[in-house]
Amino acid sequence: MRPIPIILLLLLSSASQAETPQQIGQAYAAEAKVTASAQRGEAFFRQRFGQNDKMPGCTSCHTDNPLKAGEHAVTGKSIRPLAVSANADRFSDAAKVEKWFGRNCKEVVGRACSPGEKADFVAYMSEVR
Amino acid sequence: MKKLSFIVLLAAAMPVFADRMPLPADTPASFRNECGSCHLAYPPALLAAADWQRTMAGLKDHFGSDASAGTQAEREIADFLARHAGSANKLGSAGSPPRISQTERFTRKHREVPARYWRDPRVKSAANCEACHRDAANGRFSEHDIAIAELRR
Repeated sequence: MRPIPIILLLLLSSASQAETPQQIGQAYAAEAKVTASAQRGEAFFRQRFGQNDKMPGCTSCHTDNPLKAGEHAVTGKSIRPLAVSANADRFSDAAKVEKWFGRNCKEVVGRACSPGEKADFVAYMSEVR
Repeated sequence: MKKLSFIVLLAAAMPVFADRMPLPADTPASFRNECGSCHLAYPPALLAAADWQRTMAGLKDHFGSDASAGTQAEREIADFLARHAGSANKLGSAGSPPRISQTERFTRKHREVPARYWRDPRVKSAANCEACHRDAANGRFSEHDIAIAELRR
């Protein structure tokens, strides 16, 4: 009888670790105290920040179309699509999402992104089809 | 007889060793995830231990990117690289900051590649092994399997 509750617990804990794009987006929106907007997210995605010659904006590596695979502007490494509808792995791990916002905002935007910008970005990538 | 067959086997295996560099069985997931998301998860034997150490110490500004991965992952990756680093004698100097593409071994192996190919938009950068070595992710770097037809031998 003993092993069954342990297995159940394990199953539950692994299930609760997988996050959905909605949960991740909501956490950012709650932190920013705003309602996320996919439209603002798209504008942000297409903005040219011009802080980095090789990567002036998100689209430098991710292309104009988030449904398509991208390519690292410097190394040429292929990058799987950002849009959830094209790549179900996207925005399913909050720590990974936060790590990449951290890296890419610093490098491309030239500063940390705000929780509101992150919420909008996740909303756009969750909705775009 | 046993000795002879060993020598024959060794001779047969040599050219394969040079082109075959699959990631070691003990490669930590952190190495594939952290190092392999912006560029190929390079075979650790392509750089000497001291050069990997220098690379790991400078992740905050890694060729213009902040590639910091957190203390725990960085330690795991550094240990792995130290275990499987290549021979400094065979590789030669990698420059500063160390670059695989600046080691004497790399330069020698690629000396027949004309400069214009490195600038080709299909290649982009010497960091982009897979542009030419299409199965580089599985450790295959044979000069007979080059993606760009003009460069195939």
